[in-house]
Amino acid sequence: MYGKKVKLRFIFLALILISVILTVFLILQSLKENVVYFQSPSEIKSLIELNKKKIRVGGMVKEKSVSINSYEVKFIITDFKNEINVVYSGAVPNLFAEGKGVVAEGFLKDKNYFTATKILAKHDENYMPPEVKEAIGDK
Amino acid sequence: MLASQIGYYSLIMGLLFSFLLCAASIKNFNNNSEGINHNILTLSFLQFNFVVVSFLSLILSFINSDFSNETVFNNSHTTKPLFYKISGTWGNHEGSLLLWLLVLTLFIFVFLIKSRQQPKRYRILTLLFQQVIIIGFFLFILMTSNPFNYLFPIPDEGMGLNPILQDPALAIHPPILYLGYVGTSIIFSSSLAAVTQNYVSKEWGKHIKKWVLVSWVFLTIGIMLGSIWAYYELGWGGFWFWDPVENVSLMPWLTLTALLHCIAVLEKRATLTSWVVILSITTFTLSMSGTFLVRSGLLNSVHTFANDPARGIFILVFLFILIFLSLGVFFLFHKENYKDSNNFFWLSRESSILINNWFMMYFLSVVLIGTVYPIFLDVISAEKISVGPPFYQKLIAPFLMPFLLFMAIGPKLKWIKSKVENKNTLIIFFIISVALTFFILKDLTTDLLFYTVLISAAFFLFFTILKELFVQKLSNISQTIAHFGFSLLILSILFNGILSSEIITNIKVGEKYTNNKSEIFFEKIEEKKESNFNSIVGYFKITDANGKVIQLKPELRIYNQPVIITSEADIKTTLLEDKFLVMNIVKGNEYFNIRYQVKPFMLWIWISVLLLSIGGSLSIFKKKYEK
Repeated sequence: MYGKKVKLRFIFLALILISVILTVFLILQSLKENVVYFQSPSEIKSLIELNKKKIRVGGMVKEKSVSINSYEVKFIITDFKNEINVVYSGAVPNLFAEGKGVVAEGFLKDKNYFTATKILAKHDENYMPPEVKEAIGDK
Repeated sequence: MLASQIGYYSLIMGLLFSFLLCAASIKNFNNNSEGINHNILTLSFLQFNFVVVSFLSLILSFINSDFSNETVFNNSHTTKPLFYKISGTWGNHEGSLLLWLLVLTLFIFVFLIKSRQQPKRYRILTLLFQQVIIIGFFLFILMTSNPFNYLFPIPDEGMGLNPILQDPALAIHPPILYLGYVGTSIIFSSSLAAVTQNYVSKEWGKHIKKWVLVSWVFLTIGIMLGSIWAYYELGWGGFWFWDPVENVSLMPWLTLTALLHCIAVLEKRATLTSWVVILSITTFTLSMSGTFLVRSGLLNSVHTFANDPARGIFILVFLFILIFLSLGVFFLFHKENYKDSNNFFWLSRESSILINNWFMMYFLSVVLIGTVYPIFLDVISAEKISVGPPFYQKLIAPFLMPFLLFMAIGPKLKWIKSKVENKNTLIIFFIISVALTFFILKDLTTDLLFYTVLISAAFFLFFTILKELFVQKLSNISQTIAHFGFSLLILSILFNGILSSEIITNIKVGEKYTNNKSEIFFEKIEEKKESNFNSIVGYFKITDANGKVIQLKPELRIYNQPVIITSEADIKTTLLEDKFLVMNIVKGNEYFNIRYQVKPFMLWIWISVLLLSIGGSLSIFKKKYEK
């Protein structure tokens, strides 16, 4: 009834449509599982229940809060309203210093303790991640 | 000062020449003369020269540290070595745009010279579409990012260039990458011109393929240079982080790779015309939006030079104009050519290339959504998220397996209709691959099944192409080399991922760190002084499991202008593995934070990317000796 060409086109279109739907579904599904949310210390304080997922915490490294021994670095992240203790064993980026902005990725132990698995590198001492800027207000 | 003025006025002259070129082209388009009017070539050549003069005068201002120029003041410093004064010219927003423009005007001139055999109207239309892009860039530079802004009073000293940009790989990374990006603009303009003239044909395919290859080769090398730089300079010891800025360069690479394969179908079979045009438009759009995302400050990285909203809006508007223009042209003029498309069979070279394209589009959507979704969510809900490497790995790795298998079989198929030959050899190769993988992996990884499947497929591809390399006719050598490079790349990346190991610890001078595999001894530190930085060099002795001792000397540099601390990794590269050590200071403490990594097959990752681009380059020159 239909020519071969029409049939072929139809199969093609169907294949494309199916694969597009599958792709979008797959991507959205895995996006849900793999995104990392950013939270400020104040947002963590106001959490009702603790999330087991990986998150990012950002703010300033509190003055005189960094202590170090041979296997870990401890410091406090503050947004000048609330603060959170961070324990980290891993590589420390160049521009990690007291009084500078920081973003740490890891897991919450409770509302006051955060175990970081990664501290994100910055490239410029004047640069402040927008998340951090927002987290600490206009300071 | 004089240099800045010359630079500025040459830019304005360049813009004027754009309008002259448009007028001359339209006049020439409508008359009956045979070829293109010679004046057009001259005008295009002059326009290119004005941009060259402008660019040279900016370089001159940088060499002379002429701080009356705002761009120089913001990005240079008298103590900087000459080489980085020059490379600083394009290490900033204004200068890098001028470089874009330079390549744009160069390429359209080269296009005009190289396309003498093509129809006149097609060439003129390509020139016109290209001039739309060029005018856009001229206006963008003159209105929002003038590199020749005058500063008064003249400062004594500049602000300096971010030290992590002071690096040989990064000095050539932008120009090479831009050659790739801008090459796609020629493909864009000429495909639009070809659509309007109903010239999307075998001849057009043959002619535009050169441009596709050139852009592809430059883009590949440009991405690799960025990756090498990130590997040794950022101190994380990886080569790809799925950072948005990296993704943005990967996306046009994916569509360009798809286009590269499709063009072959067009050239041989004159089908897939609309798909080729759509890919050409997409590739350039992705290159442009890459520039937009990176420059507008929406993505945060070392590439973000300044956050000026006016610039972002300009690029956005410009981008939309280009997209609407191209879609308009496509839907108004495009006619499907049904000539040859009648005989289609599932088992053929064409359908295998379509499968390749399907995978490229899938990888593209993964990268695109992963990159854009966080921005999108931030805009609509102010929620801040990031999408990390697990997302990409999870979505790409499972699809890599069938992709590699198809890639092994596809190139063996013939055009139109084919059957798989040498089935037995393929089956034997397959069994060998699975056995070999299982044997290598059985004690190495916890995720045995997944990696066995993936690496078997990679080995299978590797062996099939290796055999091909030996029994090959010369005509296909470029493709085989490129595919061989790709299989090597996948194998190196996979083994690199599985076999890498690292030690991170905080250590004092004179201390020793020991675990079951290796021993790290921190001997001493030494201080050094250079013209633009002071450095602390750490001396480490590392003993591995076999008792072999190596010395690594990572450095911490404290740059004076601007004051930034960077750590320079020390890397010992051998054929089989890289040993990578980077140290960092935490607070004014005596503890140093060190990260020691053993990364197998690092060198092979770079070698295989080089093979990819060698394959591409051979293909550019291939046709010449065949004729």
